[in-house]
Amino acid sequence: MEPLRIHTGIVCPLNRSNVDTDQIIPKQFLKRIERSGFGQFLFYHWRFDDEGNLRKDFSMNHPKYQGASILVAGENFGCGSSREHAPWAIQDFGFKVVIAQSYADIFKNNCVKNGILTIVASEEQVQSIMRKAENEEYSLTVNLEDQMVTDNQGLKFTFDIAPYPKEMLLNGWDEIGVTLNYEDKISQYELARK
Amino acid sequence: MQKPKNIIQKVWQQHVVHQEAGKPDLLYIDLHLVHEVTSPQAFEGLRMNGRKVRRPDLTYATMDHNVSTRDRNVIKDPVSKKQIDTLKENCQEFGVELSDRQHPDNGIVHVIGPELGLTQPGKTIVCGDSHTSTHGAFGALAFGIGTSEVEHVLATQTLWQAPPKTMNVKVNGRLGTGVTAKDLILAIIGKFGVQFGTGYVMEYTGEAIRSLSMEERMTVCNMSIEAGARAGLISPDETTFEYLKGRRHVPKGEAYEEAVAKWQALASDEGAQYDAVVEIEASEVEPQVTWGTNPGMCIPITASVPNPENEEKANKKDEISRALQYMGLEAGQAISSVEIDHVFIGSCTNSRLSDLRKAADVVRGHKVNPKVKAIVVPGSFSVKLAAEKEGIDQIFKEAGFEWREAGCSMCLAMNDDIVPPGGRCASTSNRNFEGRQGNGSRTHLVSPEMAAAAAVAGHFVDVRKFTAQEVL
Repeated sequence: MEPLRIHTGIVCPLNRSNVDTDQIIPKQFLKRIERSGFGQFLFYHWRFDDEGNLRKDFSMNHPKYQGASILVAGENFGCGSSREHAPWAIQDFGFKVVIAQSYADIFKNNCVKNGILTIVASEEQVQSIMRKAENEEYSLTVNLEDQMVTDNQGLKFTFDIAPYPKEMLLNGWDEIGVTLNYEDKISQYELARK
Repeated sequence: MQKPKNIIQKVWQQHVVHQEAGKPDLLYIDLHLVHEVTSPQAFEGLRMNGRKVRRPDLTYATMDHNVSTRDRNVIKDPVSKKQIDTLKENCQEFGVELSDRQHPDNGIVHVIGPELGLTQPGKTIVCGDSHTSTHGAFGALAFGIGTSEVEHVLATQTLWQAPPKTMNVKVNGRLGTGVTAKDLILAIIGKFGVQFGTGYVMEYTGEAIRSLSMEERMTVCNMSIEAGARAGLISPDETTFEYLKGRRHVPKGEAYEEAVAKWQALASDEGAQYDAVVEIEASEVEPQVTWGTNPGMCIPITASVPNPENEEKANKKDEISRALQYMGLEAGQAISSVEIDHVFIGSCTNSRLSDLRKAADVVRGHKVNPKVKAIVVPGSFSVKLAAEKEGIDQIFKEAGFEWREAGCSMCLAMNDDIVPPGGRCASTSNRNFEGRQGNGSRTHLVSPEMAAAAAVAGHFVDVRKFTAQEVL
């Protein structure tokens, strides 16, 4: 996993709440046994019409969001199915950070395991970022070490993150490798329970 | 005297392998259920790092999402076939027990776990599937995980987990006649929203919950995730023990008695505290129908579709308008006037024997409306056999339903059971998201009884008043 410390990128707004993982990556793409290549299917039925053409009325398709790496959404982002294909698609499409008012628990966990930072921001903060990103090409800088989001127009706010996911993201650790160092503890637990 | 604890706290404490500052708890997992969709990349990860499955004996695999419900031996889509074959190869390579699609134990993972007695009170149970919350009906701490976590559990039999906040969902009084466990959980989500459980594990308590059968409790716990809670559970009681007695993986004889004593001790103590409490009156719950594109968008059968103009907040207005547009409904339209063309009775929410019995009771002597395509998909091979032994299949077939093989089927349409674009389905499943049952499909979540009545009437009807006259 790639470490994430400071990231600057273009913001892509998705002004919706309760975006479920069925929308992020529809089921017909879950049949693949690979971990890569899901980006092309991200928000498939929102981005493309039934003939496979880009939908002009879907915000993400606007040329100014080309190359965006920070996705901004409303409440309860990533609800529904536990499919990790959702963060795989988000990452493969080019996003490294998501900013939303809240997240579904499983989705949030899945993001950390893939090196995607999920930031919780207030409704005011999210709406202010959305407005700017809708009106102009707008970039944010996210500093994970300092837990700080800034832009070049004077925006500055801090965000909360628990120590463990922060450490995982900053170092890009393989979690299984970390856990296997606790092998003795796991074996002791198993013995004690017999 | 010890401070009273709730069942969530008790089960958690029994499974902490290790605690240290700055880290979540390292939690031991007693049972890892595996299916074909969320596991291939996890097994591949093990292979790439030269790792083994630490406890194949605590791991159990089945195939359910991609299987055909027409012919168990045929999978037309080569990509689906590859996923199914990959699971089989992985199980062989890593020594994991598998009930493949021809195996008599095969079925939807959340149906067969309880059936085989793998699911037991006090266990920690995970699966790469959000509806793992189903197993909470037994007083197990059961939750869905992503594929990276699947790999982590395969390799270490543990997960790093921060202790959850706990919530008591109190259901007072009794459900009325014709009102089901499905209506109850939909009403709870409708009342409190699709994210009120986020960050919590919920315990369902109260008289109404105590009076539910195990299969009804599974329906309730199954949809905890639709309220945002990774897990929802119910303290075990005599109903639980009675269900488990004699099942294959449940201890026998004296060992069973010892197990029951342990299980009894797990139930939440009198006076146990929770981080949050919500309450609902069971007697006020009516049969529910969802009108929108998430499970919280539901109303009683007697009500009308909401009007976005009545909302104050702009984003709420937008959300309702978008949902109505997708669903092809008019604001203010009576939900009972909505005509359907598909009925699906099945899924890990409502495909167990009692669900099929109740739906069959409604259907008996009626015919499916000619414009409706209706299918019944039992949750497992064993549910199917049991239903056929009782003649339930005949009731459905005579009415014009298709009687199918077991699988996840039209709940998420990963196999060839698909609602076509613009099609409208009364479904006993758990999610009415856009395109869930097929691109452009429109899903209305209901109980098996309500789905059966809608199949006959061709539109939604109040099952409490359902009679032959009413249908005409």
